[in-house]
Order: sequence, then C-alpha cells, then structure tokens
Amino acid sequence: MSTTADLPTQGTSTAPRAQRPIAARPARVRRRGQSSRTATALSHGVLVLASLIAVLPVLYIFFISLGPDKMDYLHPGQILGKATLANFGKVLGQTDFLTWFLNSILVAGGTCIVGVLIAASTGYAVSRMRFPGLRPLMWSLLVTQMFPIAVLIVPMYYIMANLGLLDSYGGLILVYASTVVPYCAWLLKGYFDTIPVEIDEAGRVDGLSPFGAFWRLILPLARPGLAVAAFYTFLTAWAEVPFASTFLLSSGKYTLAVGLTTFVSQYESQWNLMAATSVLIALPASAFFYLVQKHLVTGLTAGAAKS
Amino acid sequence: MTVAVQGTAGQGGRDRGSRPGPVQRLKLSYSKYWYAYAMAAPVVIVLGLLVAYPLGRGIYLTLTDATSLNVGHTVGVNHIPDTFKFVGLHNYQDVLFGPGSYDRFWSHFGWTVMWTALCVVLHYSLGLGLAMLLNQKLRGRTFYRMMLIVPWAVPTFVTVFSWRLMLADGGLVNSVLGSLHLGQPGWLSDPLAQKAAAILVNTWCGVPFMMVSLLGGLQSIPAELYEAAEMDGATAWQRFRHVTLPGLRSVSSTVVLLGIIWTFNQFVIIFLLFGQNAPDVQILVTWAYRLGFGQQPRDYAQSATYGIILLSILIVFTAFYQRWLKRNDQAAI
Repeated sequence: MSTTADLPTQGTSTAPRAQRPIAARPARVRRRGQSSRTATALSHGVLVLASLIAVLPVLYIFFISLGPDKMDYLHPGQILGKATLANFGKVLGQTDFLTWFLNSILVAGGTCIVGVLIAASTGYAVSRMRFPGLRPLMWSLLVTQMFPIAVLIVPMYYIMANLGLLDSYGGLILVYASTVVPYCAWLLKGYFDTIPVEIDEAGRVDGLSPFGAFWRLILPLARPGLAVAAFYTFLTAWAEVPFASTFLLSSGKYTLAVGLTTFVSQYESQWNLMAATSVLIALPASAFFYLVQKHLVTGLTAGAAKS
Repeated sequence: MTVAVQGTAGQGGRDRGSRPGPVQRLKLSYSKYWYAYAMAAPVVIVLGLLVAYPLGRGIYLTLTDATSLNVGHTVGVNHIPDTFKFVGLHNYQDVLFGPGSYDRFWSHFGWTVMWTALCVVLHYSLGLGLAMLLNQKLRGRTFYRMMLIVPWAVPTFVTVFSWRLMLADGGLVNSVLGSLHLGQPGWLSDPLAQKAAAILVNTWCGVPFMMVSLLGGLQSIPAELYEAAEMDGATAWQRFRHVTLPGLRSVSSTVVLLGIIWTFNQFVIIFLLFGQNAPDVQILVTWAYRLGFGQQPRDYAQSATYGIILLSILIVFTAFYQRWLKRNDQAAI
C-alpha cells in the first residue's frame, strides 16, 4: 500500500523542476531577448522552491541541535518552546571536540597542500608536455576514480602497517592524497589547457626552467583552478569516515568525523549532541566553501569543459 | 609524436640555418621528457604504492580462500602465518554462477545498474534545468546559486544524518505527507521505499556538482549562436536541441562519465542511511564491504572478488563509452 503511494509523490516533487525551464522558454519567443513576466515569475518560483529543498536538511539538523533532550528529534514540534544552545556548550566544553577539530584541520590542510601540489605538477606535465606514457598515465588517473575504495581498505591497512604509518597524520594525508589527486590532476589539466602556451614560451625565452615557468607564471594564473582543487581536497579529507576510522587508532589522533562516531557509542547516541557536533563540523567546511566559491564556476568550467 | 617533430625539424634546418641540429633537438626533447617525468613522478609513486599494490594484492586474494580465520596476523609477540590456499578462479565462478548467485550477486547487480541510471539521469536533468534557470538575467541569481550549492558545501555524512532524521517514521517528511493525507511509507524499513529514499538523498547530494559544471558550460556558449538561431526562426525547443545541447557536449560527456563512476561506487550515502541491516538496498560496493567487514568471519577473498568484478565492469563500460564518444567526435580525455 505504502509502496504505491510513495512513487507518485516523489515523481511530482522532482519532475516540475526538470521540465519548467523548457516549458518556460516559449514565452520568450515573442519578445526577442527579453523574457516575459510570467516566465520570470515561474523561474523565480522554481528557484525559490529548489533553494528551499537544498537548504532544508541543513536547517533541520541545526533545528534538532537546539533541542536539549536526546529524544527531541522524535517530536521536533516541542523544540520550539525550549530551544537552547546548551548542546553546543556541552560538545565544546565536555568532550574532546577541540582536539579532534585541530586534528581535522591538520589532516585536511595537509591533504590540501600535498594533494594540490602533486595534482598541479602532474596536471601541468600532462597538459604541456607530450611524452611517452602520457596516455597510460591519463588512463590510470581515470581508472583510479573507479576503484571501489571500500574494498581497498584491507590491503591499504597492511601497507600502512608495514610502513609504520598507522595512527599518524602523515599516513592519512597520503591515503587521502591518493584518492583526491587523480580527479584534481584531471581538473587542473583542463585548467592549464586554457592558459596560452605562449606564456610558458615567453618565460622560457627569458631564461626560466620548465619548473620555473610552472611555478612563477602558470600557478599564479591558475589560481581559480587551484582554489577549486583545494576546496575539493579539503572537503573530502574533512568529511571522510571509513579510512579515518580504520587507520587512526588512538582517540587523541581522531579527526572530527571519527570522533563523532565514537561519540554515539560513548554517549548512547544522544542525537541532540550528535546534531550539534554535525553543525560544528559543517560550519568551517561551508565557510571554506564560500570563500572559494567565487572561483568555483570559472575553475570548474575550465576543468570539466576542456579536460 | 617525436618522429613528426624530428621530421619537421630536419626540413626546417635546411631552410633556416639558425635552427638547432638534430643532436641538440634530441637533447632538448630529452630534457623535456625529464621534466615531464619528474613532474608526474609524485603521482605515479603515490598511486603505485597505495592503489596499484593493493590492487595486485586484491587480485591475488581473489584467487585464494582467505577469510579472517586463516589470514596471518600478530597476537602480542606471536606471529601466526597465513594458512589460506590457492583456489584458482573458484571465487569468480562462485560469485557469478554458484548456488544462490542470484540473491548474492545478480539481484544487487540489477539494483546497482538501476540506481546508477536513475541517479545520473536525475542529477543531469535537474542540474541542467537549474543551470538554465540560473543562466538567465534574473535578479538575485547569485543568491540562488549560493543556496543551491549548499548540499555540496556541507559534508555528506552530516546531511545524510539529517535526512535520516527527516525520513524516520514520524520524521519531518512523513509528518508533511500525513498532513496532506498522503501515504506515509517506511522510508528506512520498507524495501521499495528504501530504494526511493536512497535515490532521493543521492539526487539531493549530487545535483549541485552537475548544476555548477553545466552552468559553466552554458556560459561558454556564445550568445551570437542563440541570436542567429532566433533570427532563423528557431523555436525554444529547437534552440535547446541544436544550440544548447551541442554546446554542452564536452562538459556533458565528462560529467556524465564521472557521475556514473561516482554513483556506481557511492558508498557513504547507502552505508550511513541504512547501516548494514537493509540487504535489499545494498549496492554492490556496500555489499562487498559487508562481506569484508560487516560479518564474522570476514570473507576477504569474496570481498576482493566483488571489488575486482566491479572494477572490471567500470573499465569495460568506460572503454565502450569512450569509443561511443569518439564515434560522435567528442573525447572525454
């Protein structure tokens, strides 16, 4: 009974968004270059609805985090009357949150720097130089994307153990780098392709080595692309759960995402505290995102469009 | 490539005496390669160590009967050696054609394919629709774009966790459905509703990436093309069909390929939304993880076999996709 009811509702909630832009267009045919008032209103309507849907779960988790009682999520209506920031105080003051936060910053920041540098130099190499092994390299970058990462964890664990990298930030940074670099290299290759080769050549004529041209001329020009890659690596490392929970052994080394999971067993899943922690984890990530989002469209376009 | 370069160099050398001779050119190209290899080396080392080696070990494990009971491990100071045997291709045969292979592999395979197809179609069509709306001259479109990117900006596990609360029995979604006098499916327990919920959440998470990429693609289509089409009396649909879609081709072919690969291997959403106790909604990746980690004894060999099969499916698919693109004159790499 329920199964027949849910499908149509899902269909109606998603279908109009896909069709409207097409349906809204005919109104524009009449007046060239200007959209009619109905079309504009329709566009606004759809965009407002879509924005609401996009923001809703985030607002909802924030709302739940305001409820002081651990069962409040079951009857959210009651939270309004007794909303409080007590959960945040509890998480910040009485748990290892701040340690985990610093660890996360360290790991995500490290991944960001290592990953982007490696990806940029590879991206530059495959963008500018034709060398034997170029195509296999591009292919292996693509194939690495296809690895079901969950399946790689066991062998990776053995390698990390043999290298003495278990329970260390360096090991985790290396693992994250191996998952983010292929995509970033691809992305940056596309971005470098859009920078005219004449710039490199001019640099070479003025006596720069290929490294020099890359470092002094191309990297500064590729800042939007680098910002996107940095953003992608940072967020991936910030929010990654399976690797971190496998490779980090002592609680002093935990990142936030792992800390959150221990939190559940330790405190018998107090959903209010979980929600508060989630909000605190999401805040820096979103802040970082909006810092680089100015470059996002240009960077990503160049990357995706021309790779 | 090199041959062609040297050929032209020889010709040029005859015309203009100032060009470097073949020996020097070879030296130059050597230094060129040297830089290229030096710059690609970090990636090759990292990927070789952490991806190629595990892959090799994974392939080896698929040819054995390794489980957590017979794999060597260290207890205190004692090292217990491996005792698993080499069994050849038995694991592959068992997974693909063995007894109960339909329930173990093929049913999950069917659902994984359906999941990938539905999700990518939804990602792409919704992403394109929103991108086209944002590409108009519209008041507040920067604001809309910022709002619509939110699902991408917030870590996945946070939002999946939020969806879990919203989709729970008596959660927000069912309360709203109830107040509208509609059915209230058990999103997290009923098999069919679980699948709908998984697709819904993944669509919500994946649309922003498509939207931003396609928005960038739309902005790179010259406005003159639309003007010309309008002069020729093309309808909105014709403009969409013959200007917009071809203009987006290169972006589309890349993001669709990435979308398919990512969705096929999407682990976090299903894992966190349903945990291990929802066998019907597990796609192949989460199922393989369950074999390797979520049960006792852990079946490393079978888990690795699934991993290799998954990888092969994706590689074969990508090869065909590239070929198809090439036939239509658009390369993804």
